[in-house]
Amino acid sequence: MDGLVMRAGLGLLLCFLAVMGAALAVDRAFAAQMWIVAAATLGGLCVYLGRTDFDVILGVKKRPAPVGYYDDVIRWGVIATVFWGLAGFLVGVLIALQLTFPALNLGIEYTSFGRLRPLHTSAVIFAFGGNALIATSFYVVQRTCRARLAFPALARFVFWGYQMFIVLAATGYVLGITEAREYAEPEWYVDIWLTIVWVAYLIVFGGTILRRSEPHIYVANWFYLAFIITIAMLHIVNNLSMPASLFGSKSYSAFAGVQDALTQWWYGHNAVGFFLTAGFLAMMYYFVPKQAERPVYSYRLSILHFWSLIFLYIWAGPHHLHYTALPDWAQTLGMIFSVMLWMPSWGGMINGLMTLNGAWDKVRTDPIIRMMVMALAFYGMSTFEGPMMSVKAVNSLSHYTNWTIGHVHSGALGWNGMITFACLYYMVPRLWGRQRLYSLRMVNWHFWCATIGIVFYASAMWVAGIMQGLMWREYGSDGYLVYSFAEVVRAMFPMYAIRAFGGLLYLSGAIIMTVNIWLTIAGRQRAEKPMTETPYNPALDRPASYPAALAAE
Amino acid sequence: MVSYTEKHKKIERNVTILGVLTLIVVAIGGIVEIAPLFWIDSTVEKVDGVRPYTPLELAGRNIYMREGCYNCHSQMIRPFRDEVERYGHYSLAAESMYDHPFQWGSERTGPDLARVGGRYSDEWHVQHLKDPRAVVPESIMPTYPFLAERELEPRDWSTDLRALSRVGVPYSNEAIADANEDLRAQADPDADSSGLLRRYPKAQVRDFDGDPKRITEMDALVAYLQMLGTQVDFDAAKGQEKPR
Repeated sequence: MDGLVMRAGLGLLLCFLAVMGAALAVDRAFAAQMWIVAAATLGGLCVYLGRTDFDVILGVKKRPAPVGYYDDVIRWGVIATVFWGLAGFLVGVLIALQLTFPALNLGIEYTSFGRLRPLHTSAVIFAFGGNALIATSFYVVQRTCRARLAFPALARFVFWGYQMFIVLAATGYVLGITEAREYAEPEWYVDIWLTIVWVAYLIVFGGTILRRSEPHIYVANWFYLAFIITIAMLHIVNNLSMPASLFGSKSYSAFAGVQDALTQWWYGHNAVGFFLTAGFLAMMYYFVPKQAERPVYSYRLSILHFWSLIFLYIWAGPHHLHYTALPDWAQTLGMIFSVMLWMPSWGGMINGLMTLNGAWDKVRTDPIIRMMVMALAFYGMSTFEGPMMSVKAVNSLSHYTNWTIGHVHSGALGWNGMITFACLYYMVPRLWGRQRLYSLRMVNWHFWCATIGIVFYASAMWVAGIMQGLMWREYGSDGYLVYSFAEVVRAMFPMYAIRAFGGLLYLSGAIIMTVNIWLTIAGRQRAEKPMTETPYNPALDRPASYPAALAAE
Repeated sequence: MVSYTEKHKKIERNVTILGVLTLIVVAIGGIVEIAPLFWIDSTVEKVDGVRPYTPLELAGRNIYMREGCYNCHSQMIRPFRDEVERYGHYSLAAESMYDHPFQWGSERTGPDLARVGGRYSDEWHVQHLKDPRAVVPESIMPTYPFLAERELEPRDWSTDLRALSRVGVPYSNEAIADANEDLRAQADPDADSSGLLRRYPKAQVRDFDGDPKRITEMDALVAYLQMLGTQVDFDAAKGQEKPR
């Protein structure tokens, strides 16, 4: 009873604060956001009270004892991951087409590239990636600790609170609310909300580890824990800002110029390092061994590369600021640590790939394993490319060009996307109690659409980036710059078109996955030929000296 | 080699030790790399001419951020021959010392804007923002016709200046109190701009968007673009360079 009253009271309080905020708002966009909060909390409250079994609360009925793992929130998380993935990829294709055909900006403020690009990056990193991380972390931590999730109600708050963060951030971008720092665009009140949700997440995750029945904490959980703790640190420090008004959306960063730039890229690079690397390595450390049915290759390597990875990553931020007004010593430090980072990164790749020792045949027969291997291959590739691009001489060419975009996407589409898809395919039949996926052949189609899409995308951006870098710096024999900026823009057209095509292929793969997962959840199975047919001839299946006639008996 | 895996067992059996050690390990890099920037004086060397933004420029800068211009335009010229010839003198740390947040950018889908101020006429900017392809056929920039049609959303700019002064921008109490008047004075050539010019030396006072009757978002954005990179007088510094 107390719990019910407290939760309903907190919900009402939040709703009341939001209505107050809307009434006193100093700008229209802030008022719009507050109405969204008010409507969401009120709707959530109604659903919550509607679903509450008052017989249990009043003591008429006994509360049913919890059975097994708490998977409700994970099932929601899987659906949210698929949904936000589709949304993020779709906006990605749209903005790729806007760069190819600028008329698609439509001349409306809400649909212009500048507002949709943060929508795309946040949707894929924080909505698609974030939901995948929360869902898989709750799945993995229960199973590796052999304990039920701690504080299920708090876990539900984490899920719904995180969705509210996404909705506020996304609608904010479209309305023009932004702090204008890449990957940290949400304004101050959304940042505060995310901090609350994140602390709750740490409590649920850490609480489950404390309740474990295994003496050791499994390696995947080290990575999840490092991801949660570090993201909290980065998020809080980087988003320190001074609101112009408590009833307005605008705030001003606590730092300026050089200091702001390095704080932002310390955050930005480690959003890659801890959100997109440590968290996803945690997924790899559980799901690759499970799907391959092999133990992790090396325990020692996992210790070594865990500590070196998290130590070195933090230093790499300044490589985003080579040759800028950032002091030289910081740039050099950033470059050196970035190059060193190559080794622990490959430590993770090696540990993942070598786990398949003795199970390599599954790459041929199991499309989910094939996705995992491709994800690890792209992880290895982009963690080599990254250190290379952080070398100042290379960076002088690659910085400000589409090469960076290509690099990011080979990591994001190849590594984060592929490993997430594989984990979803692994979890869905188990979470919904289905014997198998609707169709393995559709997984295979997804694999090839995605892989070919990435190849088109990345190669187009490599060519575009290097061409851009070279054209900008090209001097003629007369001693003057050869190309005007506009000529370089025009030269990008075919590359932008090819990139959009690659993105479309990748999106098609995701749509195939959505259908497959939808039908699996619906409980259907496609009648299809198995992926491989191992030839078997009973007549030959006998000792050489054994007469054929006897075998026939 | 066996010994460290044995020792590690202590860590991986205790989530508190694991969590605290992780936090220590990830905090070191930031402490060593970022914290000194706030104390080492040479990080940002003072340069004559750099002043805080006027309220109108600030309003324009906020529109620049709102529309996500930073996604495609950098404001950081690197010290390379081609960049200096294309865009102007390489950017100095002091030139963004009052930028909360910085807008250096990471991508040049469009050209660098660190020194775009004074390169084109106001009319060119208005035309270009309304329809970029009218003046640059190759451009892939979105169109922003609504900027010229929309008056600046009314708000009390002194709250913005006060917030900025709290994070270290040297706005005087007088500047904060007169923020709204200063904003109007800069876009209206007939207004008394003496106070504005005293507080913000070399501020450009005129009607920026060709519509003197009202202050539009276009006024603010063009005022911001026209001051970018114009504060430091590099010719004055040239005279002090001694040829060897």
